[in-house]
Amino acid sequence: MRESIKDKVAIVGTGCTKFAERWDADVEDLIKEAVDEALKDAGVEIKDIQAGWVGTGRGSQQVPMGPPGGHIASAALQTQYIPFTRVDNLCCGGQEAVRGAALGIASRCYDLVLAVGVEKLKDTGYGGLGEAYPGKWEPIYGALGTPPGRYALAATAYFSKYGYTPEAGKRVLAEISVKSHYYGARNPKAHLRREITVEEAVNAPMICWPLGLYDCCGVTDGASAAVLVPSSEAKAFRKDYVNIKAFSIATGPGFLKEDERYDFTYWAETREGAKVAYAEAGIKDPRKELSLVELHDAFSIAELIASESLYLCEPGKYKQEFTDKRAYYHDGEMPVNVSGGLKSFGHPIGASGAREIEECVRQIQGRVKEPSRQIANFDLGLAHNQGGHPGRFVPGICIVGRP
Amino acid sequence: MTGIVSYGAYVPLYRLSREILAQVWGGKGKGEKAVASADEDSLTLGVEAARDCLKGFDKSKVDALYFATTTAPYKEKLSASTIAAACDLKEEIRAVDVTDSIRSSTNALTMAVDAVKSGSAKMALVIAADVRLAPPDTLYESLFGDGAAAFLIGNEDVVVEIESSSFITLPFMDFWRLENDKIIRWWEERLCREEGYVPFMSKAIKDALDKAKVKVADIAKAVIYSPDKSMQGDIIKAFKLDPKTQVQDLMFDSIGHTGCALVPMALVAALQNAKAGDKILAATWGDGADAFVFKVTNKISKMADRRGIKDYLKSRVALPTYGKYMHFRDLMEWEHDLFMERRMALAEVWRYRNWYFRFYGVKCTKCGHIMLPHPNYCIYCQADEKLFEYVPMADAKGKVVTYSMDVRSRAIDPPNVLAVVAFDGGGRFFSQMTDRDPDNIKVGMDMEVTFRKVHDALHIHNYFWKCRPVRGK
Repeated sequence: MRESIKDKVAIVGTGCTKFAERWDADVEDLIKEAVDEALKDAGVEIKDIQAGWVGTGRGSQQVPMGPPGGHIASAALQTQYIPFTRVDNLCCGGQEAVRGAALGIASRCYDLVLAVGVEKLKDTGYGGLGEAYPGKWEPIYGALGTPPGRYALAATAYFSKYGYTPEAGKRVLAEISVKSHYYGARNPKAHLRREITVEEAVNAPMICWPLGLYDCCGVTDGASAAVLVPSSEAKAFRKDYVNIKAFSIATGPGFLKEDERYDFTYWAETREGAKVAYAEAGIKDPRKELSLVELHDAFSIAELIASESLYLCEPGKYKQEFTDKRAYYHDGEMPVNVSGGLKSFGHPIGASGAREIEECVRQIQGRVKEPSRQIANFDLGLAHNQGGHPGRFVPGICIVGRP
Repeated sequence: MTGIVSYGAYVPLYRLSREILAQVWGGKGKGEKAVASADEDSLTLGVEAARDCLKGFDKSKVDALYFATTTAPYKEKLSASTIAAACDLKEEIRAVDVTDSIRSSTNALTMAVDAVKSGSAKMALVIAADVRLAPPDTLYESLFGDGAAAFLIGNEDVVVEIESSSFITLPFMDFWRLENDKIIRWWEERLCREEGYVPFMSKAIKDALDKAKVKVADIAKAVIYSPDKSMQGDIIKAFKLDPKTQVQDLMFDSIGHTGCALVPMALVAALQNAKAGDKILAATWGDGADAFVFKVTNKISKMADRRGIKDYLKSRVALPTYGKYMHFRDLMEWEHDLFMERRMALAEVWRYRNWYFRFYGVKCTKCGHIMLPHPNYCIYCQADEKLFEYVPMADAKGKVVTYSMDVRSRAIDPPNVLAVVAFDGGGRFFSQMTDRDPDNIKVGMDMEVTFRKVHDALHIHNYFWKCRPVRGK
């Protein structure tokens, strides 16, 4: 019979590099930096680690042949013949690394494991993510379908369905970006650390209509790591360990763009993943029970729609429930992305999912460096990161909380 | 009797005003010229004209295709085969590119007529298209435009009878391109006029008129090829044609000189204004001359739904700058692209050729939904693809569900517009939107599909379908 993962696995150490255009570091340097911090945080050494999972979409994005194997981490850390596995689920890769590690612990095959997510995007000489490799339909059907091009489809659809003029819709999105930059400015490891105004956001250069410069996350290098042990043994490592309450991955069938039933105003995959995760964690009213949601906001519209699809408010009611109430600030009714989010903290693809979990863990532990964004009375945090694009997503949802 | 049973034409959406050319190079400019979009070439222009021409016909009866152009996208690799697939013609077809001369269009027409007359083909499709380039800052740069026309040749319900034809072939040199030339070269125009064009066009026209026993006064419209704006005048004078009523405008001021498509397009324009019984003279030039006398039958009334020249001229977008034109026609060395080399997979295109070339969707026979592209299982009821049947979708019309405009795209003509189109009658297409005015795109607007060049990854012209706002209105 299937067993729940709830309260079986504990996170006893977390680490995260400075997210930035890291001209000083290559992909292995980033892994080493994040893992060093996580190991120290857990009070263990690399030789104690029994198995590792590394999540990365493209590694260093240098090789058109595709991303590397587990060697990218074993070589960086000089682990000696332990299993190190590369996992990938696009932007959900960091979540997959933590999930692989968590399943290793839950199976009791291991009792001290490492998860790391990493991406080195800035060594290529161009911005953005590059194009898909030849495979089914690509790159002719879907040619030039960039991430902003695909996400902006959802913004147009949302504005149209809920009766926003582009100007009014863009203001709702601008408020989200202002909030992201507010927290980026208060997070020493964030990539974009400058506050912006609504006027700056709505008047910014257009990237992909209707999304402007401040509606889009930057292209960032970084890594994040976690050390996991069985919850039953976690006290030996630290008092304030954090338990995994639920983990869901809801890989969509991938054909929603082509599906007449889909209107691009919600993330179907996130809805399905959220139902599974809330059931597993025993959450009935997520807006009341969750202290923080760190969700995938590679674009401002992605934060808006993910908030609705995680059932934090009714579909179409985002402006009333979040913008007007300022609910998404750290002292608001439902804090969202108070790390700065992918938007301002940065989005190294494979690192982001693990980095969101790290934010939730450190919030629970009361260890957020800048007290101005520390959430009081933290109980449960949710980390959501999704790979793919509207119509073809794979979200990972990890809920963590006090034991 | 063998003759033309249908016709069609295509004028690309974009127009370059000659005032813009004058701003760049000096002088005065009058009118405008049609410019193929950045994703169009002579092959795709030809597909458009052919689709206009084939409207309402049983395409399985077409068993030969002749594609005339001087600007084939490949030096080695047939264009006609790609056109045949994009027009959803059967595979058991003869398909030929007829190239290297402005006169290849009437040569192709003659080959098609002969094939149908001989009985080796029931119906034959003739297409002429050109995207010719002249050197910047020349008369010819200003003159040349892009376009296409198509004729279907058959024995039943003939719309245009061919009363006579005459042919002269000469080793005469006036315009040429060497193997690797992108732009034309030419000899002093006086030699062409005095020793070639005037005497031999005149001879061909006289022969055709004599053979048909038709007097000049009986000609309703004369479609007379001209290498430039003035030379045609010598023929008009020589034959005492009335320039006001009898001479078909070659549309140099609205479309430009479209190379081997010039006479076919002007003939379609003439036919769109013709009535039953009209006699039409047509003559082309290039390594000699051809002339034809045509007679319009009362079946012309069945051609009313052709967009032809008339409707395609109605929808237009002005190119704002010469820079855009340079991008469209790749007239410069551009910024080096640091992006990883774009790839494609020929095997994938071949496996799904019904999708990439013919634009077939699939219909699930279990739940009735139409899907594009072809999934392994029904996305609605998960039935196995064994229960699917193909549905041709190239003629479907639909409406925009949502769209975006990528300003920073690598597209030649940004913003790159992505759109999701719901077809009337079922099926959805996630697509690039081409031939669009970025200031006038709306959710719910009417769309149709068009065959375009998506990119040149791995030095292969990769063609596929895009959506575009419905044209011809």
